[in-house]
Amino acid sequence: MDDLYRQVIIERYKMPLYRGELDPHDISFEDENPLCGDHIRIDLRVDANGIVTEALFSGHGCAISQASADLLVESVIGKRVDDVKTLTKQDVLDNLGIDLGPVRLKCALLPLKVLKAGVYGLGEANDELVEE
Amino acid sequence: MENSQPAMLDLLRVRNDFPILGRTVTGGKRLVYLDSTATSQKPFSVIQAMNDFYQHTNANIHRGVHTLAEESTASYEGARERIAKFIGAKKAREIIYTRNTTESINLVAHSWGRNKLKAGDLVILTEMEHHSNLVPWHMLAAELNLRLEFIPVTADGLLDLTVYRELLTQSPRLVAFTQMSNVLGTINPTKEIIALAHQAGALTLVDGAQSVPHLPVDVQDLDCDFLAFSAHKMLGPTGIGALYGKEALLDAMPPFLGGGDMIKKVYLRSFTPNELPHKFEAGTPAIAEAIGFGAAVDYLTNLGMENVARHEHSIISYALEALNEVDGLKVFGPTADYKGGVASFTLAGVHPHDIAQILDSEGIAVRAGHHCAMPLHEKFNLPATTRASFYVYNTIEEVDLLVAGLGKVQQIFG
Repeated sequence: MDDLYRQVIIERYKMPLYRGELDPHDISFEDENPLCGDHIRIDLRVDANGIVTEALFSGHGCAISQASADLLVESVIGKRVDDVKTLTKQDVLDNLGIDLGPVRLKCALLPLKVLKAGVYGLGEANDELVEE
Repeated sequence: MENSQPAMLDLLRVRNDFPILGRTVTGGKRLVYLDSTATSQKPFSVIQAMNDFYQHTNANIHRGVHTLAEESTASYEGARERIAKFIGAKKAREIIYTRNTTESINLVAHSWGRNKLKAGDLVILTEMEHHSNLVPWHMLAAELNLRLEFIPVTADGLLDLTVYRELLTQSPRLVAFTQMSNVLGTINPTKEIIALAHQAGALTLVDGAQSVPHLPVDVQDLDCDFLAFSAHKMLGPTGIGALYGKEALLDAMPPFLGGGDMIKKVYLRSFTPNELPHKFEAGTPAIAEAIGFGAAVDYLTNLGMENVARHEHSIISYALEALNEVDGLKVFGPTADYKGGVASFTLAGVHPHDIAQILDSEGIAVRAGHHCAMPLHEKFNLPATTRASFYVYNTIEEVDLLVAGLGKVQQIFG
């Protein structure tokens, strides 16, 4: 349990490195978890080669969702958009370095759900995006 | 410890009646269960009543003439009689078994609402309603083009009765409201709200999901037209609840669901409905659960609802004082004199989910979220709160453990 609130999670929650909005942006998507009210928006800038050059997140929520967003956004900078599309649940858990039960897993995966809905250009996010 | 409990409950004995309170969680921590507003724990007598039914009595009700069917029917109907007595109903036939409070409210919306209301009719609700007393009316309003108005909640967490009186001048047909808020804990002036509604010519539906488990509730004294409540929040099993309705109203209402048991006669192309209460109970019901419901009512009757309310009042009074000592903590809702055993709060800089998770590591079970009252949270501009709620088995010592647990939360997020 104390593992759940690893130093990196508390630090990223209290002092995120990638919080903010990009205006203009090439890709932007937001969604929320209606159960707990967590809300995440992610903005990306993508260059002519399809590489993510800048990324920021905004919103509010628990330490797990916010730290997950900060670490996820950090991890996609410099990546090809096509590679971002293939990110999985395991990538998020590896970022956080923790194991989560089904309820808190939703908190951790909301940023990935938002990111993938954005890069796939979907009208609405869905859980299938983060099932694997 | 014993001396600090002014209520007349023998707390040690009560706690021994709940087998689950003996278990430990998260690496040997004693369970501190502060989530009874979501669902209560069950005493041995309730569990035993349901076990006994399946081991010795199990049969379908009403139709068989064999011994088991007779015994089963007698137990099922006996529970109904004790539930009726528990809330002061005149007759057992005024108690309809449902799955839960939500289904009870839906029954009124579908059977009474759909048949008695027409376009433009006004239904008054409040801003502190649980989703179960909002959404059925949203759905009916969309279908029939009804008007919905809401009694506002003040900053103190009370209903604004001045606005209510104004709304009553618009000839409402129904006032549907909670007797006790599941978030703020507010105990509403139910008798007064009902009397005013009746003066204005409206019927009343009381959501008793939180009040019936925690306060003495007498439907004849309140003079409510409908009262909805659930067994699982009052020491009984899940899957069973009740709707009380005044006999004349229920008699005049068409059936809700169709099927077996709710009919008197069935022809190929038509049917005649059964009498009350069976008219509203289609299909094989939750028989064991109804019997468990009866056992729960027996347990609460033995404790005495006055004693239950007094015990919870002493705990919430202590809890509000103790919580107010915690740096950055804000409890929502009125003072202890106007509320039941519910403390919903925020803690500066820490999300409710994280609070609940860290408390869990101390064995403390609380709720985090919007507690099925999103409009109320929006009103107070909160995405979520943490809620600690208390019942007959909770102690002052557990409040101290909660406060200590919050200290750990602050240490981790410090």
